[in-house]
Amino acid sequence: MTAQTCPRQHQRTTMEIASLEPSLYTVKAVFILDNDGNRLLSKYYDKELYPSMKEQKNFEKNVFNKTHKADNEIAFVEGMTIVYKCSIDLFFYVVGSSQENELMLMAVLNCLFESLGQILRKNVERRCLLDNMDGVFLVVDEIIDGGVILESDPQQVIQKVNYRLDGSEQAYGFDLFDYIVGNIDGQTDRSQCA
Amino acid sequence: MIKKFDKKDEESGSGSNPFQHLEKSAVLQEARIFNETPINPRRCLHILTKIIYLLNQGEHFGTMEATEAFFAMTRLFQSNDQTLRRMCYLTIKEMANISEDVIIVTSSLTKDMTGKEDVYRGPAIRALCRITDTTMLQAIERYMKQAIVDKVPSVSSSALVSSLHMVKMSYDVVKRWVNEAQEAASSDNIMVQYHALGLLYHLRKNDRLAVSKMLNKFTKSGLKSPFAYCMLIRIASKLLEETEAGHDSPLFDFIESCLRNKHEMVVYEAASAIVHMPNCTARELAPAVSVLQLFCSSPKAALRYAAVRTLNKVAMKHPSAVTACNLDLENLITDSNRSIATLAITTLLKTGSESSVDRLMKQISSFVSEISDEFKVVVVQAISALCQKYPRKHSVMMNFLSNMLRDDGGFEYKRAIVDCIISIIEENPESKETGLAHLCEFIEDCEHTVLATKILHLLGKEGPRTPSPSKYIRFIFNRVVLESEAVRAAAVSALAKFGAQNDDLLPSVLVLMQRCMMDSDDEVRDRATFYMNVLQQKQKALNAAYIFNGLSVSVPGLEKSLHQYTLEPTEKPFDMKSVPLANTPITEQKTEFAPVATSKLPEKPGPTRQDIYQEQLAAIPEFQGLGSLFKTSEAVQLTEAETEYVVRCVKHTFARHMVFQFDCTNTLNDQLLQKVMVQMEPSEAYEVLHYVPAANLPYSQPGSCYSLVRLPEDDPTAVSCTFSCTLKYLVKDCDPNTGEPDDDGYDDEYVLEDLEVTVADHIQKVLKPNFAAAWDEVGGDFEKEETFALASVRTLDEAVGNIISFLGMQPCERSDKVPENKNSHILFLAGGCLQGNTNRSGTRLVSLMAHVLSNLLNVDHGNTELLLSFMENSFLFLEISK
Repeated sequence: MTAQTCPRQHQRTTMEIASLEPSLYTVKAVFILDNDGNRLLSKYYDKELYPSMKEQKNFEKNVFNKTHKADNEIAFVEGMTIVYKCSIDLFFYVVGSSQENELMLMAVLNCLFESLGQILRKNVERRCLLDNMDGVFLVVDEIIDGGVILESDPQQVIQKVNYRLDGSEQAYGFDLFDYIVGNIDGQTDRSQCA
Repeated sequence: MIKKFDKKDEESGSGSNPFQHLEKSAVLQEARIFNETPINPRRCLHILTKIIYLLNQGEHFGTMEATEAFFAMTRLFQSNDQTLRRMCYLTIKEMANISEDVIIVTSSLTKDMTGKEDVYRGPAIRALCRITDTTMLQAIERYMKQAIVDKVPSVSSSALVSSLHMVKMSYDVVKRWVNEAQEAASSDNIMVQYHALGLLYHLRKNDRLAVSKMLNKFTKSGLKSPFAYCMLIRIASKLLEETEAGHDSPLFDFIESCLRNKHEMVVYEAASAIVHMPNCTARELAPAVSVLQLFCSSPKAALRYAAVRTLNKVAMKHPSAVTACNLDLENLITDSNRSIATLAITTLLKTGSESSVDRLMKQISSFVSEISDEFKVVVVQAISALCQKYPRKHSVMMNFLSNMLRDDGGFEYKRAIVDCIISIIEENPESKETGLAHLCEFIEDCEHTVLATKILHLLGKEGPRTPSPSKYIRFIFNRVVLESEAVRAAAVSALAKFGAQNDDLLPSVLVLMQRCMMDSDDEVRDRATFYMNVLQQKQKALNAAYIFNGLSVSVPGLEKSLHQYTLEPTEKPFDMKSVPLANTPITEQKTEFAPVATSKLPEKPGPTRQDIYQEQLAAIPEFQGLGSLFKTSEAVQLTEAETEYVVRCVKHTFARHMVFQFDCTNTLNDQLLQKVMVQMEPSEAYEVLHYVPAANLPYSQPGSCYSLVRLPEDDPTAVSCTFSCTLKYLVKDCDPNTGEPDDDGYDDEYVLEDLEVTVADHIQKVLKPNFAAAWDEVGGDFEKEETFALASVRTLDEAVGNIISFLGMQPCERSDKVPENKNSHILFLAGGCLQGNTNRSGTRLVSLMAHVLSNLLNVDHGNTELLLSFMENSFLFLEISK
């Protein structure tokens, strides 16, 4: 039996639409990948969808392969509706069920993208994102809580996260020193602690 | 991987990932600085980020190490750095399931959620609810209630969403917060509105009245949040569907009014809701279709996708409603988003005329390799539907499909194509040879065992009857040489069918069989040996029984009979006739444009409906000793749909008896029925032996009562009978809320519609894949010919339909489909009569049919002639001519 014939996938490759149970659980997953398809951040909100890390990474790989060539905004992969956006060397994905209102998913994606654009001062690229990973985690946490859209207005998200940009221009005094000693070179840090 | 990154670092200098070489143990080491005083917020923040990053990458943390890090982290609550505190909340949520004793942070979180810092309160609530269980929830209940109605929107939203997450776990506690949620729903903040509505619905969804009141209130008051509107539309359409309210209901008006909302999201949700409603008329669809039409030209890809996907859905049921959008759809077939283009083309294929098919197919083949498998399946489905609609286009389609079959693709996709080709072959005999040729080519290089065996089976069935069967032998034998065991075995079976049907091929087939007998696999060898021996006998009857038509008994039934046989040691050989016949699966008439549904069916046959009934009946002491269940009919309604009591009847036929099973439902919530039975008055020589009443029939819980009837033995023609039925019962009034009945009751009765027993109840369908072989197997001894005239039927189609439904036999070899413009047609029907007493029932059936048909088909001056040949107890060969 090949991987393609696994029964779980059978159920999801069709585009059939059953009536939608009214629910606030709109977002099934959200993830950010770099331009090699590596995961930088990903959250799965539906425990039944890809319960294992291996399945999640396979799904991300599959999605990435189908979307990275053209910025088409929306795709349908493995029975899930996926809206996405790319920026320089980053890919942002929001996943919903095949019955989900595509525009709701777009609202989430736009909010995520604009909020990150603001906290990263428009430098929405891999390095800057990784340097401010804490802010990124907080933004995602403010937009989606367990699959429910918590906030869709980027201004509100920024206000709630109240994040200071980390990086050269903002670093000052002790913080700059600490930043260099503690984090650029993990080795020093470790020897200090040991 | 690492090498790649290093190289990149050299090139760009900025591409490196600060988290690339993180090691869990090193990070956990670093986490020790959480214990240093004073706390260094910046460094601690980085370490927390690293921990969360590692968790996110799927790094596994052991309980011990996670608990240790978690406890160290709790110290960070002493710092007042905002981002650090927020990252602590995140860490708590991430570690809630891996670390032990996470509840120790409860007091810190409770303090934050009730504190002055608004920035902390929302996230603290969400973190707290993540680590709280039902018992602890009671302790924080007071705070939760306050938080839900808090004037700070983020606090209120957080409390509402967290409550929603906890409904699953502690419904009873959260239920008490309904008033607070109600208050929050009238908040000015759009997200609070949305979350409150969601929570209220989840708490009330089982109470239809409350949901309807809530809808009424919110649809009138008007909400500001587009999300809340979408939610309302979904609730309204669900309620409409459940209550089966007509489309003049205020709920439908509400949904329709949302088509004029200023948010596209709401407009689309409303349009989609209308499209998905069952039984929508074209007029009701029109406004929804016209907004979708507008969306088709939107610059936003997601909106175009949404619109065309929904239009595609409409086109499945109401192609004419979408024709107005054809122009807009034409513009989308070159859309850069291939998903949109595919959907547009498949929609056009459904709505367009026959003349546009070639052009559209050409367009789609230009980019079919670029789209994902899911959409390729959609394309194949559209083609499949198209072939049914325009059978003349099958050559274009077949070409296209064979090209698709050559491309790369997953199992689902290939299976859809193969199914489509097979259905074309079945519908159009003239496409058989090309279709088989394409499939032969496909199995030359097919990685899917299931498809290869399926195609080999088809080749075995159809190949021998083509003008030059020899050309398929090569393809089949190649499988024997190259493939896995399952495919080899299937190939051997297919070869045997060629040998059995084509005398001139027999010697070569025997040589090939000989080689298969050397196979390394047991099953393949066994099959080869078996077929070899059967073929060498050169007897038609043997071929028919063992090569063409196989077993016609139900497999679970056979298993049960064999088990029974081994339990009771006896001298007698096992009698195959005691095994119930397999009922041919009732293939539901595929709804024309939704062939997808069939692919979802489970592959393995479970116990059939009849097997389930057999079990149920065997459990009733009165029905023991009736023998095995011969046939179970479809359910017949004996009441109108909207009456006080709903009764339907299922007829079970046994060798000498019939059992009528009445499934009754009481739809009055203030009555309890007891001792429910259906009294039956037969019109013929049938004799009612026994009634098994249903003891209790409470409101809306279905119950069954039974009647046992003996079939008349002496009069073979008396098969059909009409029973007048009356439902008799003892009524006890009861409290609609508690269901508590009064002590006293009174007898009452209710007249049901008459129940008919027909010929079809005595005949079990049997599928004979090769009818001619089965016919020959029986031999001519039983043959009987009679001619009837059909009076009331006008077309051959109608005649065929009537005869099949009246006799309840299985049409074989698709002979139930009458080709157009023909004056005569041959219908092959196969069925089994009551087993166990073959002779009696054999003669009985023949006389019975002659009798019945002469009644049915009025011998008077009809313009359609019917030539009947009867065979033994099971076959019927009909030639109908006009």
